[in-house]
Amino acid sequence: MFRAPDALKSSYDVVIIGAGGHGLAAAYYLARDFGITNVAVLEKSYIGSGGTGRNTAIVRSNYLTPEGVRFYDASVKLFEDLSQEFDLNLFYSKRGHFTLAHSDGAIRTMRWRAEVNKHLGVDSEVVDPAFIKSKCPQIDLSCGHNMPVLGALYHPPGAIARHDAVAWGYGRGADQRGVEIHQQTEVTGIRVEREKVVGVETSKGFIETNKVLSAVAGWTPSITEMVKLRTPLTIQPLQACVTEPIKPWLDTIIVSGSLHIYISQSSRGELVMGAALDPYEVQNQRSTLDFVEGLCGHILELFPFLHDVKILRQWSGLSDMTPDYSPIMGKTPIDGFYIDAGWGTYGFKATPICGKTMAETIAEDRDHELIGAFNLSRFENFDLVGEKGAASVGH
Amino acid sequence: MKLLRCPINGERPLQEFTYGGEVREMPDPKSASDAEWADYVYNRASEPGIRIEWWYHNASGYWFLAERDIVRDTVIRTFEFEGSAIPNQKSPNA
Repeated sequence: MFRAPDALKSSYDVVIIGAGGHGLAAAYYLARDFGITNVAVLEKSYIGSGGTGRNTAIVRSNYLTPEGVRFYDASVKLFEDLSQEFDLNLFYSKRGHFTLAHSDGAIRTMRWRAEVNKHLGVDSEVVDPAFIKSKCPQIDLSCGHNMPVLGALYHPPGAIARHDAVAWGYGRGADQRGVEIHQQTEVTGIRVEREKVVGVETSKGFIETNKVLSAVAGWTPSITEMVKLRTPLTIQPLQACVTEPIKPWLDTIIVSGSLHIYISQSSRGELVMGAALDPYEVQNQRSTLDFVEGLCGHILELFPFLHDVKILRQWSGLSDMTPDYSPIMGKTPIDGFYIDAGWGTYGFKATPICGKTMAETIAEDRDHELIGAFNLSRFENFDLVGEKGAASVGH
Repeated sequence: MKLLRCPINGERPLQEFTYGGEVREMPDPKSASDAEWADYVYNRASEPGIRIEWWYHNASGYWFLAERDIVRDTVIRTFEFEGSAIPNQKSPNA
């Protein structure tokens, strides 16, 4: 599917750190839209080994802030055509996405989100329990007589996709246009002279370049330390698991911010489930029993009949969290050092639009209009973008 | 990491504790520049390694300090907070 170049060239126009979905998408659009093909994508492990292959593969745009909604909506629109564009089946499957509300406070937030969404042309509405039951008859709306479901935010375009294939599609498209993808190549330093990037040190030697994009999500602090850039990122594991494959029964994607769960059924029949962030910082992709116990307890409140279904496997990914649940994107105070980070619990759904906006930002050395609000400088200017529509925010 | 040693209650399950983040020194609000203050409010030292953090024992309402390796998720030591003497953020052998 890809060429495996045996050696690094001595210089590149652009070096992208991280061959996950975001890094490969940026390389793809740099080559396709701007004709910049003298690009190396460096990956210390294998393609899609980080957050790209570890998320729960949900795509949606019903966020809360106008900045977030516009951005994610552009991403959903790109996603819908990607299989055609790549000639690769991404198993992109529109399911309809329900965010359940178990309290008056949550209903209020859902109404707020629905109105912002509709204002910006995104299909989104607050629905009552009878509607939820009609789309998902298996749900126990009494929620184990604990926190009855009062309604939901319903987002018909909500979808799931095969996450690895998104990285492979972007990787193959970039590769075919001349971009080099170097796996097993670790960046060990970034050379900066007079506040300007001049090259990258790697485990396979030094490369000259004036433009570097860091697209490494949970590993961002190691990269920003190389250029002495401080950020508000904290790294916390986000865990997920799948059950054994069972007969298809769940068409929709069900999310509850109050119970900290999300669940959908993959095309293989596995139930794909995730929860909230681990409660403290760890930079290690380890799994815990606490997580499975807590998650399954809440899943059973909504779907008691799953009590004898077995968990097949569990895993964890590293989330780079910002204080306002919005990403950090664009130019930085170091000339030629671009950042695409702070992807916390929402990176997969943003993959296409991140690639597209970062490619333009790098090619023209100016923040793309969709990402202006996400620049790192917002933390200096106390101008945050509070995204309460993020999966990790409880209502 | 499943157990944490509270300096006054001994070894207890991790579920009894709340994480309080890395130990940071607050600049003097009267003399700090806007940039220094913003740096203190938002920015964090998240690079992998060993560092000193705040932890809270919920049942006894007690804040203390732990030196922890955030990559291996192992606690090297826990100790009482002694007045204003906040140890350096980075351990000398980090």
